[in-house]
Amino acid sequence: MSDSHILEAHQLVKRFGDFEAVRGIDVTIDRGESFGFLGPNGAGKTSTMRMISAVSQPTGGTISIFGLDPRTDGPEIRSRLGVVPQEDSLELELSVRHNLEMFGRYFDLPRRIVRERATELLEFTQLTERANDKVDNLSGGMKRRLTIARGLINRPEILILDEPTTGLDPQARHLLWDRLYRLKREGVTLIITTHYMDEAEQLCDRLVVMDQGSIVAEGAPRTLIERFSTREVVELRFMTDDHEEYFDRLSPFAERVEVLPDRILLYVNNGDDTLRDVHAANITPSSALVRRSSLEDVFLNLTGRSLTE
Amino acid sequence: MLARSLPMIGSRRSLRVLERNALVYRAQWVMLISGFFEPLFYLLSIGIGLNKLVGDLHVHGQVISYATFVAPGMLATSAMNGAMIDSIFNTFFKLKISHVYDAILATPLDVTDIALGEVWWALARATIYSASFIICMAALGDAGSAWVVLCWPGAILTSLTFSCMGLAACTYMRTWQDFDLVTLVQLPLFLFSATFFPITLYPQWLGAIVSFSPLYQSAALLRGLSLGQFDWIMIMRAGYLLAVALLGLYVAARRFKRILAP
Repeated sequence: MSDSHILEAHQLVKRFGDFEAVRGIDVTIDRGESFGFLGPNGAGKTSTMRMISAVSQPTGGTISIFGLDPRTDGPEIRSRLGVVPQEDSLELELSVRHNLEMFGRYFDLPRRIVRERATELLEFTQLTERANDKVDNLSGGMKRRLTIARGLINRPEILILDEPTTGLDPQARHLLWDRLYRLKREGVTLIITTHYMDEAEQLCDRLVVMDQGSIVAEGAPRTLIERFSTREVVELRFMTDDHEEYFDRLSPFAERVEVLPDRILLYVNNGDDTLRDVHAANITPSSALVRRSSLEDVFLNLTGRSLTE
Repeated sequence: MLARSLPMIGSRRSLRVLERNALVYRAQWVMLISGFFEPLFYLLSIGIGLNKLVGDLHVHGQVISYATFVAPGMLATSAMNGAMIDSIFNTFFKLKISHVYDAILATPLDVTDIALGEVWWALARATIYSASFIICMAALGDAGSAWVVLCWPGAILTSLTFSCMGLAACTYMRTWQDFDLVTLVQLPLFLFSATFFPITLYPQWLGAIVSFSPLYQSAALLRGLSLGQFDWIMIMRAGYLLAVALLGLYVAARRFKRILAP
């Protein structure tokens, strides 16, 4: 393997009985990169994360992290990883500070070091004032930040985040994103799963789109949008129970038309021009919106389904 | 290194689980204190009540009070209850409700380290509780001889056996309702393990069944130690308890792996 690849997976498979959660994926991640796994719930992202974090063993294929094999070097690999799982799984009976200190002890860090790092990380995640509170009393966003602080206690080379901002309000999300940018600047490799396209666009240098256990596309967010979508999207809503009935009338106006339960999407290069043409043809939507293409559109094009629904 | 040579048993890292439990329990000191009072209640109730009703007993030619006869059985029972309650209830909570173990698996610890760490914790508690029980025994005059100090390691071995069994059992629990099954096993074990009276009072066929009960083997072992009546069969009893412990730990580690890192 080359030196710059911090992680390499070939034909990775995970099966649970008859169910194949991950169906032979190839992934290569470079040191310092922030890499995303985008896909809806059930796409196989979490199963992939658990293999990448050297917790569950692949059913097939190979994986190499820091050039080591998780089958034989699990503890060594995990000592250099930070994991922020989907569920916080914090110690509810312990204080915020004790959560961090105890976690550091699992990595065999001396007590003095653990205390110092806990203080730094509380500062970093803006939890210093809550240091002695019980975890139970924290808000969702604070718990999430504490989980991130916990994942950083061993100064990991790779930080793995599974759906880091699910369930957070916009303010809490932005605070969290800001902390992740800082880590990236410090050279930490980030591996992120998400089903939010804006999160993937904001945080990831490169990403794979997963659907039903397979990778359906790979690249930088902007590259994927250029390749799999048009420049702009016109969203139209009509006073109807079934938007499907407008499909034939609108098809001539766009490169591609997607019908969703509550709206119709026209994929075009110039949204304003298209909207004018639609009005000129005496088609009158109850509302219309012109926007830039996003990863959501990429996903819709690739799978025919929406990400978040 | 150790982790590789003993993959089914766990490594030195398992001690971190002991540290974690001690930290959590420090916040719950009331539970720790209650562990000291439990043996006192056992001994006082039996000593004051049954002792007067039953009178003295002949055991292998030695005449002893009923309280002296029954105290080692109570010690065994108390070791069993303590180990089972902690390993079944608290472990179930960490395994399936609070997901504490899932978090720990993101560290260098392995599944086997977690199982072994819970056993260390059970042993640490047993060391403290059984010492306080034996001190109470001696103070109330229920110790059979000075050899009673050997009941200490004997009671710790008993806790080992039952905590390993409890760990294995808790992995099969699906909901809190399943815990009624624990009582269903624990109660007959308690009542039919010749803890209150000699096994010779049972019909032979029932005695044969009872001899498979780890609680019976423990009570018999502790009674022999307390009275200073040494016998080769005690080594077999200890061996049986150890074998059950290892089997339990083996099953527990396998099941933990299936649940936590499928």
